[in-house]
Amino acid sequence: MTTYTPSEMMIVASARALARQRVVFVGVGLPNIACNLARRTVAPELELVYESGVFGARPARLPLSIGDPTLVSGATLVCPMADLFMNYLQGGRIDVAFLGGAQIDRFGNINTTVIGDYARPKVRLPGSGGACEIAIHAKEIFMIMRLKRRAFVEKLDFVTSAGHLSGTPGERKALGIPGSGPQLVVTDKAIFRFADDTGEMFLSSIHPGVTVDEVRAEVSWPLNVAGDLVETEPPTAEELRLIREELDPAGVYCK
Amino acid sequence: MKITTMRDAIARHVRDGDTLAIEGFTAFICFAAAHEIIRQGRRDLTLCRMTPDLIYDQMIAAGCARKLVFSYLGNPGVGSLYCIRRAVEKGIPRPLELEEYSHFGMVGRYMAGAARLPFFPLRSYLGADQPQANPRIQFVESPYGDGPIAVVPPLNPDVAIIHAQRADAEGNTQLWGLLGVQKEATFASERVIVVVEEIVDSEIIRSDPNRTVIPGLLVHSVVHEPYAAYPSYAQGYYDRDNLFYLEWDRISQDEAATQAWLEEWVFGVEDRAGYLAKLQAQEPGIWQRLAPGQALSQPVNYGIYQ
Repeated sequence: MTTYTPSEMMIVASARALARQRVVFVGVGLPNIACNLARRTVAPELELVYESGVFGARPARLPLSIGDPTLVSGATLVCPMADLFMNYLQGGRIDVAFLGGAQIDRFGNINTTVIGDYARPKVRLPGSGGACEIAIHAKEIFMIMRLKRRAFVEKLDFVTSAGHLSGTPGERKALGIPGSGPQLVVTDKAIFRFADDTGEMFLSSIHPGVTVDEVRAEVSWPLNVAGDLVETEPPTAEELRLIREELDPAGVYCK
Repeated sequence: MKITTMRDAIARHVRDGDTLAIEGFTAFICFAAAHEIIRQGRRDLTLCRMTPDLIYDQMIAAGCARKLVFSYLGNPGVGSLYCIRRAVEKGIPRPLELEEYSHFGMVGRYMAGAARLPFFPLRSYLGADQPQANPRIQFVESPYGDGPIAVVPPLNPDVAIIHAQRADAEGNTQLWGLLGVQKEATFASERVIVVVEEIVDSEIIRSDPNRTVIPGLLVHSVVHEPYAAYPSYAQGYYDRDNLFYLEWDRISQDEAATQAWLEEWVFGVEDRAGYLAKLQAQEPGIWQRLAPGQALSQPVNYGIYQ
């Protein structure tokens, strides 16, 4: 049996979730590797969109940021950011987007702004960037985050990007939010989904070698577990080869 | 004559207390201008940028700014901006007021500023806390009965500084690669400095009008300063020096090391030429390391119509 790291499992699981998707809004780091892996495996038609104004990117190296010049060379189209946010994102052309955050709550709301009080923060985080509008407009949101108790919190210090809000069905729609919100949280230990009726995150798939108790220990609220909990399929040799030889040969994200 | 030196352009156009936008999203970040502003000792600036990046981290560490208007506060692909965090969390070297938007919000502010509109409507901030943190983000009722919509106020900087690949002597500027909000920031601003890798004949500009992003009409000064965007990049001219972005992550975590770096690399050199000479002395092969090779676009035919 091939060995692999938790990060590789997380990337492979994220890539597989993109099967049959067409237009993905990519973030830097893990989402970037996941999306590029998906394009080489389960979603060959996938168009990679970056908030820096790139549509149909074909990065020849692992981009160092979402503004890396390798995203421009060979892309289908590069446009001003005004176009990207107005016509592509707000215009409803994005099928799925990846987000992450310092904190997530049980409804998939995300904090990337501050730890502590906004006016006197204990830690000042980057803020929204495009996340708060991506969370509103992408048809579906997938999250990639490492599973840690200090990140999976009972209550956010700041809501940067809307998930399922308080979990009440129809709440997003009533506010005029077009996208369906978070559908999936892929971590290094397990995969979570959201219940239709409560908007609450539940454990849906667990990575090989991880126990439910280990997952529960990293979540601050009493975690629901799917009745049909499954074990995540481990990475195939080909998926690992693509990650190690082509997508992240230096092992920047996959150690 | 618009062509001038960086020293003269900054002395002439950037004043204490100004609202300043040095734009360029990850790319074309005009560090040469920032270092000259630091050397000339500008104070109380309101710095506007979607991503403050290392450039504003350095200016804020140098005490140039009173306020920061932004949408993403990070060292892109690396981590935190520690100087800005020190200013916000501890008031070092001086307190820094923050005015925070999302990316779309900042784009919208420049667009309203450029078009002289009272506000820009956008479907954003729904279900989020930003409007509580920044009272300038408001919601208005659509007059056409579609419910409330978020609005952001126009942003009209006193000065915009834009880096690009090439311009002619009048400041007709061509840019390719990530276009960011440079056009909108230029149209929104009172005074505009364009900094380019190359000054070219107007005929070159006119041979490819679709590539011209900024008309000379708006440009007050043109500065010819190769590698002015280093350690960020200029598409097709040089790559980002990620080693420096990583090094800054280390330097900037310590206030004394930060000040020592500014002393050596900003105050310790006369101008950009001095900085580049120092850089090359430190690493003779630096421009070979950052050279991007060639991927030429195919020429297009505009036709002759007479």
